[in-house]
Amino acid sequence: MKFHPGKLLFLQVLVAVVAIGAWQLGATVPIGGTYLLPEFFFSTPLDVAKRVVQLFVSGTIWKHLWITLTETVLAFVIGSAGGVAIGFWFARKPILAAVFDPYVKMVNALPRVVLAPIFMLWLGLGIWSKVALGVSLVFFIVFFNVYQGVKEVSPVVLANARMMGMSEHQLFRNVYWPSALSWMFSSLHTSVGFALVGAVVGEYLGSSAGLGYLIHQAEGVFDVTGVFAGMFILAAFVLVIDWGVTRVENRLLVWRPQSAGEQA
Amino acid sequence: MQTATLRPPAGEAPATVAPLAVALDDIAISFAIPGRPVFKAVAPTSLHVKEGEFVAIVGPTGCGKSTLLNATAGLLKPAGGRVTIFGEPLAGLNAKAGYLFQQDALMPWKTALDNVAIALEIGGVRRADALAQAQDWLRRVGLARFVDRYPHELSGGQRKRVGLAQVLVRGPKILLMDEPFGPLDAQTRQIMGTLLLNLWAQDRKAVLFVTHDLEEAIALSDRVVIMSAGPEARIIGDFPIDLARPRDTADIRLDPRFHELYREIWNQLKAEVVKTYGEDAP
Repeated sequence: MKFHPGKLLFLQVLVAVVAIGAWQLGATVPIGGTYLLPEFFFSTPLDVAKRVVQLFVSGTIWKHLWITLTETVLAFVIGSAGGVAIGFWFARKPILAAVFDPYVKMVNALPRVVLAPIFMLWLGLGIWSKVALGVSLVFFIVFFNVYQGVKEVSPVVLANARMMGMSEHQLFRNVYWPSALSWMFSSLHTSVGFALVGAVVGEYLGSSAGLGYLIHQAEGVFDVTGVFAGMFILAAFVLVIDWGVTRVENRLLVWRPQSAGEQA
Repeated sequence: MQTATLRPPAGEAPATVAPLAVALDDIAISFAIPGRPVFKAVAPTSLHVKEGEFVAIVGPTGCGKSTLLNATAGLLKPAGGRVTIFGEPLAGLNAKAGYLFQQDALMPWKTALDNVAIALEIGGVRRADALAQAQDWLRRVGLARFVDRYPHELSGGQRKRVGLAQVLVRGPKILLMDEPFGPLDAQTRQIMGTLLLNLWAQDRKAVLFVTHDLEEAIALSDRVVIMSAGPEARIIGDFPIDLARPRDTADIRLDPRFHELYREIWNQLKAEVVKTYGEDAP
């Protein structure tokens, strides 16, 4: 179904207006003597908006955003590099993959949050414990995708490249590598998302800066307005990063048919 | 023949004659699938292709035509027999052969131009030279305006043209084609056939062209070889095609001689082909 873009935008804005309106009413107008959304637990949209503005005007937010962004980028870069390298290695050496298969499955089955205390013990309360948590999430996504990507190179494309006279090294550069990379990029949104989750959860569990820290601090003093403000900033932050990822993806995967790009 | 007395002793004969482009002697191909009896795809069979000769192999789907081609390419090791390329036994991949596959074999992450240029670059040709030659070949297959397109942005016929340029740019001595125009519609097939013949006429490579379409085989080739259905497929007919060249693959089908040849080959093979096709029929 195709909607008129203007009409679609209107409906989208309407949803936000109704939701925020209901929130404001529930928090400030008593119905039958009780507030449906008591301000103590739910704050009000107006207060949250004021807090968000205040955080930006005072400039305190920038430091936290910067820390979270740094952790996210580091986790993504290190996790991806490791995932690509190991994924490639395993795909080209089936015996290695077979030996490590149960261990990879075991570690991947572990909910990563339980690793956070260990990372904190090992790496302290600074950014590296958060980066490590993010890496533990990103690595496996990239690893499985690259492994699959190398394994599932079209046998015809491979045979054609061989008939052309490509050496192993040339096959790597011209066939395996682009194929693996395309699989990695198809999971770009997921892996960047997980890098951010690692960073924020890490901060939440113990740190002195970052968006997760901000939310945790506000929660500690029953500052619901602060919690919601942090959440909104975090959501906006994720949207901005996601937009950036989409831009990068469109640049790097021009060769892919549009439908495949949309599925990613 | 008055030269009979000058003929060299029988044992030395092959050495003095110009070597065949492709000589398949008593080739047998089988596949071993664990837990099942060995599947004998091709029974010991022989096929010789002279230099500059265009040979079409015709047979029902799944009869082992492609496996014969793969053995010639060196992609598959035959269970028995010898593969000789220009007088030398084949070891590993056949470096003298270019292979046009039935399925899409282009690298989807490279443009048409890069797909063709890479075939030269891997051989050590400088990038600028490779690009220039690739550009020229794409023009010769009629894609001058599409050099910057990615494979998914091209039609099936255009992708085949890129594939053809990719194979020919390396200047192989032997051209192996595995139902290359199979997935295309009838009109595009004829256009591609004519294009292929025009390009082939320029330097007359030895061609092994696999197809299941007898008309296409007659229209294109110098010789039509018929294979029976597998398992244990073998060559059951070998017909020279004496149609004049140059040919247009669409017009040639209206030629009376074309119909004679078609009838001749078909009559001789009807029983066998009907039988083998019949096994597949519901």
